Amino acid sequence: MSEEISTEGYLDMDLLRFTTAGSVDDGKSTLIGRLLYDSKNTFEDQLEAVERTSKQRGDEHTNLALLTDGLRAEREQGITIDVAYRYFATPKRKFIIADTPGHIQYTRNMVTGASTANLAIILVDARHGVIEQTMRHAFIANLLRIRHVILAVNKMDLVDYEQEPFEKIIEEFYDFASRLDNIVDIEAIPLSALKGDNVVDKSEQMPWYQGPTMLYHLENVYIGSDYNHVEARFPVQWVIRPHSDEFHDFRGYAGRVAGGVFKPGDDISVEPSGFTSKIKSISTFDGDMQEAFAPLSCTITLEDEIDISRGDTIVKGNNPPKKDQNIEAMVCWFSEARKLTPRSKFYLRHTTKEVKAVVQEIRYKVNINTLRKVEDERDMALNEIGRVSIRTSAPLFFDSYHRNRTTGSFILIDAQTNETVGAGMIV
Amino acid sequence: MEEEDNKRHSYQVSHLKQLESEAIFVLRETAAQFERPALLFSGGKDSIVMAHLARKAFHPARLPFPLLHVDTGHNFSETLEYRDKFVEEIRAELIVGHVQDSIDSGSAQEEKGPTASRNALQTVTLLEAIEDNNFDACLGGGRRDEEKARAKERFFSHRDDFGQWDPKNQRPELWNIFNGRKHHGENFRVFPLSNWTEMDVWQYIKTENIPLPGLYFAHEREVFERHGQLLAVTDFTQPQGDETVEKKLVRFRTIGDVTCTGAVESDADDLDKIIQEVATARQTERGTRADDKRSETSMEDRKKEGYF
Repeated sequence: MSEEISTEGYLDMDLLRFTTAGSVDDGKSTLIGRLLYDSKNTFEDQLEAVERTSKQRGDEHTNLALLTDGLRAEREQGITIDVAYRYFATPKRKFIIADTPGHIQYTRNMVTGASTANLAIILVDARHGVIEQTMRHAFIANLLRIRHVILAVNKMDLVDYEQEPFEKIIEEFYDFASRLDNIVDIEAIPLSALKGDNVVDKSEQMPWYQGPTMLYHLENVYIGSDYNHVEARFPVQWVIRPHSDEFHDFRGYAGRVAGGVFKPGDDISVEPSGFTSKIKSISTFDGDMQEAFAPLSCTITLEDEIDISRGDTIVKGNNPPKKDQNIEAMVCWFSEARKLTPRSKFYLRHTTKEVKAVVQEIRYKVNINTLRKVEDERDMALNEIGRVSIRTSAPLFFDSYHRNRTTGSFILIDAQTNETVGAGMIV
Repeated sequence: MEEEDNKRHSYQVSHLKQLESEAIFVLRETAAQFERPALLFSGGKDSIVMAHLARKAFHPARLPFPLLHVDTGHNFSETLEYRDKFVEEIRAELIVGHVQDSIDSGSAQEEKGPTASRNALQTVTLLEAIEDNNFDACLGGGRRDEEKARAKERFFSHRDDFGQWDPKNQRPELWNIFNGRKHHGENFRVFPLSNWTEMDVWQYIKTENIPLPGLYFAHEREVFERHGQLLAVTDFTQPQGDETVEKKLVRFRTIGDVTCTGAVESDADDLDKIIQEVATARQTERGTRADDKRSETSMEDRKKEGYF
């Protein structure tokens, strides 16, 4: 890694998670390889392995895309099958990349990668412009509530580094993206991953472009907070009862704050029982905390002894979560073996709670190529996305996904196979 | 504007704090979703960090699961000393699975020849320990940045009745919702440190002041070179043919079975120097592991067989 890394500053660095999406030949793996290589985040033994393999395959250049290929089948076929996570750091930030394959049949992976990302890089081939898949990627980024997008116009070397094709792509993309209301910030960057233009180093071939390089933008984009610090939500994961002499009466509720701020002395209530109490302490191994907010893990103790178990939610004050057994959600379907149909039953897992659920109705499906609503459909197949109404065996305490990614999301589990067959975002 | 800045500042969480919080969440999910989990403890830095995080996750109670050590019998003596002291300090339960027992019972076949390693046999012993103790989840210190097959690993990694990993049929993992449902006989490997890098682990060790075995720090030791690797002279690793023994200042970047763990020349004898060394390293830490050099897909193959 780079020698300039100041190990002092490392402790204060923040974290940016981003996802990359592109079609099969957009050069996505090359772009990530270039980002890792030019920012000096690759190791000699990795590079040697890549150089060896490039030679064996008869590639003309050292094929940086090989840096990101993981499984044997992927290397043999030259494609990416699964979401791969990659890590790199610069003196300013630490990055987690969810590298997702772009083929149409892998919508499921794109959704998975996007579910934890703050930013999405959407790749476009400068020669081909905005195509159906570009719109699909933008739609998924928006659906999963990614606020920041980099429109990476790649292969500029193949259009002679000219401004006109770049401008045309921007215009087409903005025209479409203006309808996606979760995306608040789009940065379009002309680049060549193969030649290294505007990835880490500024290109000398495109004097007409005054904007940032991709790495500069990744390092400096203001992510704000993806977390909701207003509506206080604490799903209980585990009850800590030491039964030791020293901590004889200790009863703590362990979990990770999903929203809002909790402080000692705060009035709280517990769902679903409705019992109320006050926070006695926010306890950790390192001592008590004065406040806890998302995404911190901690243990809450209360003034009163009330019955709380895993799956309950501790909430505060004036803005309680919604409580309902009927929920409306956008669902992405993951199963190849089974279709989603009305009346089908699942386990539904929402925060730390699991309930039984039955699908009431498929309201509509989204044709992810035209982005039009398709009504009167009887079922949803692998990689399809649609709006569904669901009834649960017990009430859920939730927020809309738009307000809170943690309390607004759930997964569906097949009761026979135990597979995760769907992901839902509550409307 | 100033108020806005204050707001930003007060809810800023450093990346190490985020990783810690995520790992604690995963450890608690494991305790809650499984009947009999175990934490795989090798005495290496990743498993030490994981055990430290487990202590934090359940404080002030003890760990709600035992530590499981798969012992190849080819240990650095420092590792065992450290293990026993550590287990006593955190008052945890320790279960040891011996590779020697698997060899004696005939379930594992020892490799022959001067470069034989028991590394592959660990998988047999691990699977036997899982069965004997009815473990339904094993917490491992694996990180996705270690090796390319691990880059695609889930936090909750499903294994079939035979302990095998099917890379093409993994459950999608969204947000922080983990699906640990399984059929009888199946089990899970859980990796709370998935999103950590080697640098993160070292920085965390420093921040948290976690003691480590002395092997990680530079010391003088008799070593010899084999296939581009520096191996320590021990009862289990002896120079062959024209391999010559030299005394060198070395340290270990990973600690595994002595027969396949290479040393690196280094004068990093404290955490700050190690962190500096990691920051400027030109080789991945698994570059010192002979087990990964056997073929381009050796890790992938071992995982499919049931390796961590």
